[in-house]
Amino acid sequence: MKSGILAAAAAAVVVTAGAGAHAGLLDTVKSRGFVQCGVNAGLPGFGNPDSAGNWTGLDVDFCRAVAVAIFNDPTKIKFTPLSAQQRFPAIQSGEVDVLSRNTTVTLTRDTSVGLNFAPVTYYDGQGFMVNKKLGVKSAKELNGATVCVQSGTTTELNLADYFRSNNMEYKPVVIESEAEVNAAYFAGRCDVRTADVSDLAATRGSVASGAEDHVILPEVISKEPLAPAVRHGDDQWFDIVKWSINVTIQAEEFGITSKNVDEFVNSKNPDILRFLGTTPGMGKALGVDEKYAYNIIKKVGNYGEIFDRNVGPATPLKLERGLNALWTKGGLQYTAPFR
Amino acid sequence: MTDNVQHVGLPDERPPANTVGPIAWLRNNLFNSWYNAILTVLVLALLGSAIPPFLDWLLVKAHGFDSTSPACRQDTSGACWGFIGEKLRFILFGQFPWNEQWRPLATIAIFIALLLASCDRRFWKPWFGLVWAAGLVTVGCLMWGGVLGLTPVENTLWGGLPLTIILSVIGLAVAFPAAILLALGRRSNMPAVKVLCVTYIELIRGVPLISLLFMASVMLPLFLPNGVSIDKLLRAQIAFIMFAAAYMAEAIRGGLQAIPKGQYEAADGLGLSYWQKMIKIILPQALAIAIPPLVNTFISFFKDTSLVIIIGLYDLLGTAKAALSDPLWRGFYREAYLFIGVIYWIFCFSMSKYSQKLERDLNRSHRR
Amino acid sequence: MATETRTARGASVPGGSSFSLSDPTVRAVVYQILVVGAVVLVGWFLISNTLDNLARRSIATGYSFLEREAAFGIGEHLIDYSPKDTYGRAFLVGVLNTLKVSIIGIILATIIGTLVGVARLSSNWLIARLASAYVEIVRNIPPLLQLFFWYALVSDGLPPVRSALNPLPGVFLSQRGLIVPAPSADPVWKMMGIAALVAVVLTIAIRFWAKARQAKTGQIFPVGWTALGLILGLPLVAYIAGGAPVALDMPVLKGFNFAGGMVISPEFFAILTGLTVYTSAFIAEVVRSGIIAVNWGQTEAARALGLPSGPTLRLVILPQALRVIVPPLTSQYLNLTKNSSLALAIGYPDLVSIANTTLNQTGQAIEGVTMIMGTYLSISLSISLFMNWYNKRIALVER
Repeated sequence: MKSGILAAAAAAVVVTAGAGAHAGLLDTVKSRGFVQCGVNAGLPGFGNPDSAGNWTGLDVDFCRAVAVAIFNDPTKIKFTPLSAQQRFPAIQSGEVDVLSRNTTVTLTRDTSVGLNFAPVTYYDGQGFMVNKKLGVKSAKELNGATVCVQSGTTTELNLADYFRSNNMEYKPVVIESEAEVNAAYFAGRCDVRTADVSDLAATRGSVASGAEDHVILPEVISKEPLAPAVRHGDDQWFDIVKWSINVTIQAEEFGITSKNVDEFVNSKNPDILRFLGTTPGMGKALGVDEKYAYNIIKKVGNYGEIFDRNVGPATPLKLERGLNALWTKGGLQYTAPFR
Repeated sequence: MTDNVQHVGLPDERPPANTVGPIAWLRNNLFNSWYNAILTVLVLALLGSAIPPFLDWLLVKAHGFDSTSPACRQDTSGACWGFIGEKLRFILFGQFPWNEQWRPLATIAIFIALLLASCDRRFWKPWFGLVWAAGLVTVGCLMWGGVLGLTPVENTLWGGLPLTIILSVIGLAVAFPAAILLALGRRSNMPAVKVLCVTYIELIRGVPLISLLFMASVMLPLFLPNGVSIDKLLRAQIAFIMFAAAYMAEAIRGGLQAIPKGQYEAADGLGLSYWQKMIKIILPQALAIAIPPLVNTFISFFKDTSLVIIIGLYDLLGTAKAALSDPLWRGFYREAYLFIGVIYWIFCFSMSKYSQKLERDLNRSHRR
Repeated sequence: MATETRTARGASVPGGSSFSLSDPTVRAVVYQILVVGAVVLVGWFLISNTLDNLARRSIATGYSFLEREAAFGIGEHLIDYSPKDTYGRAFLVGVLNTLKVSIIGIILATIIGTLVGVARLSSNWLIARLASAYVEIVRNIPPLLQLFFWYALVSDGLPPVRSALNPLPGVFLSQRGLIVPAPSADPVWKMMGIAALVAVVLTIAIRFWAKARQAKTGQIFPVGWTALGLILGLPLVAYIAGGAPVALDMPVLKGFNFAGGMVISPEFFAILTGLTVYTSAFIAEVVRSGIIAVNWGQTEAARALGLPSGPTLRLVILPQALRVIVPPLTSQYLNLTKNSSLALAIGYPDLVSIANTTLNQTGQAIEGVTMIMGTYLSISLSISLFMNWYNKRIALVER
């Protein structure tokens, strides 16, 4: 009996052999054969398993981009669903290589939690959702309301700050699991549900019927730039994650999509040739395949495709690009040049 | 029939009508005093008002397991068993790949067969340990896959009933030897060993299981050397083992205390060493006495596995909750909780009945 | 461990005739050094890893965060609290919430458990069967599942706040919980509390005096009635002396919620019901076995001595039954207190839930978990110390 247990234990202990600056997480990941990615356990549009157990979502796709950059295979990846509470210990301890779990970039997380944040994949802000029947038009009218909020998030703090600064009272109902908070809101336990606007849209979009009964109030009370994170101490790995995400933004800027990427391989534009690896150099500098950008676009798509597929107007979330439009179209998505 | 025997004497008088038969039974058991009569009537009225609507909801007005019927979702006067029909496999097996779900099913079957066989005292032989080992290895192969052409399945996809059983059975199996050592240590004459064992046992028993699970979930990663990580399931399993070891040690200590001093003295008198004395004389008797409390520990342990939902694992309760959070099926908590409640109940109730029977048997053999 | 003995015995110590490993005392010392050494080694390994990890990831340590502003809201608090207060105060709020639900739960579970336990022994077949069914159903279903059920029942089964049930004037029942009128704030309530406290102290003093007098003169003093009179009477006197205020703070639907009155939140209701129901089934079994354990002959003997039935129960049966009941009852009380940590799952702000929020916000997991464990350990230790003391007091003095 013991030997079986020992074997099981040995199989379950994953030694990621020294995540220090010298050993190199890239080599570890390559020899392991897959990328470990921490995602949300169930947030439609961002990280959510479908009924067949396949992971889908914006955060999930950016992790896939990293896997494609390294292995040219979006399936060489293992997703670990993480709660709000577990996410930082998981990335700190090396249980996951990338944390892509709608995590807001903040100063303390960048410093005392010991994370490095890749480019922002979704510019968000905290909002309020209420039932239309209440007739509330503005968050300023929420004095005395009961508010459902998930614990262990920046949301909980912003909420307290907002009501304090507006001299209003509220009654929090704080629950740890996202699903439970939503259930409590829809059951009518609270008047208001507060979360990132994208999250609210996802929640509302997930209601089978009566999504139109709930309105998201116009006030956005915080800045929530959501970005994937890696831990301190491995610059090469950080670079790979960072530039894998930049590829998707740059591709949209060039107008390259997963459908037409092959037409651009022999483009006249030297920038594009460098970008797609027809002119070598970029991949080598990063330590991955020269065609990594081509592969990411081909297999995952550009930023716009990823956005539309997971959270865009055609999805139940029905989110507009807004701040997440390219800088050339009045948004904030902007990448440093590939040269 | 030919009956030639002559009956001698008068036939027995029938007992008075008011001491036998249903009326007398009623009288003796339900209306034997005025306050009992009142209580009976009150209780009957209460049951009469509660049970028919419940049965109505449960069966009469209920909708079948066909999940496509729209009436199911709209009509709330009856249970919508279509919810269970739709989510049955998810609740039982979690996110295990759909086409491979015979594997967790086989796992459940193996565990139940092993548990049932273990109830029979004829199997309480050393070789049965090997059967268990073989069973566990088979279960490991089934769940993980990667051998014999089975597709490998990440343990993050495990869920439902197999996870509940695995957490409790493996936890028990690993904690058992540790618990014996702890119990022996607690009764040891060596002060340092005793203090360590007492501290451990009381420390674990003094805190809620949740705090141990928290420790395993958020602190354990910090305890390990840089670069070594343990996955979530194993971390929870470690917390359970630590927890079970302390409680089982107390059950075994009870058994050890029940052994008469003469047994120890006789073993010492034979010149047996400490371990010889324990393994050959004391433990076989003590463990036999400790089996009923150990089974009770296992029952509470089985129920406690539901706490892993708090650290984000999908055991039976976790999958039921996840099924309930499906926007299409919100609000069918009565059906979901009743369904898994019955599963938990069957396991726990049969084990507790077994433990009571065992206790009676053991008492009988002691009384002689 | 068995192998260790063998090697320890097999190893020869050169030139030490007085120091032999076959000597049991020496072996015991070696053993203990080995065990303690192993524990210290493992401990050192874990601690050094932890320190290394904390330093490498520059994670803050220490409890200084307790003085920082918590900046999150808490739904229920027995003492004043706002997000402006410190993490320390927030944690205190959590501890008090845990104590509140545990104490009320223990009282209710004891009452229900005793009733059910006695009912299982009832000569009324129906009642006995019903009580058995209650025990067997409740005991064999995980408490967390029961908790979820109660919570779902309240938050899903009751009407929304705007169409709250109004069974009695001023009493409202809705998804926001049970709202009842509360007496308006008045200094009298404080005075009544003090009066009750004085009454308790007086009762204890009278009891000692009466016992001493009975031992000396044999005269019996009706302590029970005096105590009842004092404990009810003194606060009543205080109430009348304070002008007997009758004003009630009636709840009114104002804006989103009811304002005024006293609120029993759905979370509190669910955790309290869950804990009470679950634990009462175990207490019922404890009580039942306690009653069975007292021999019927004891009652008969007491009757034969001419004791009336009241004193028979009080002086003969109960003391013996309690001796059997108290130890397992203690562990049930401890279990209830520990199970109150399940509150986290439904959002009642107990100490685990607050500590959990704190450790998420500060990132200081070790401190957070240590605080949870430390608090529970002190609660557990105090309950078991008290119960041990009580148990010793009522224990049979063996000759």
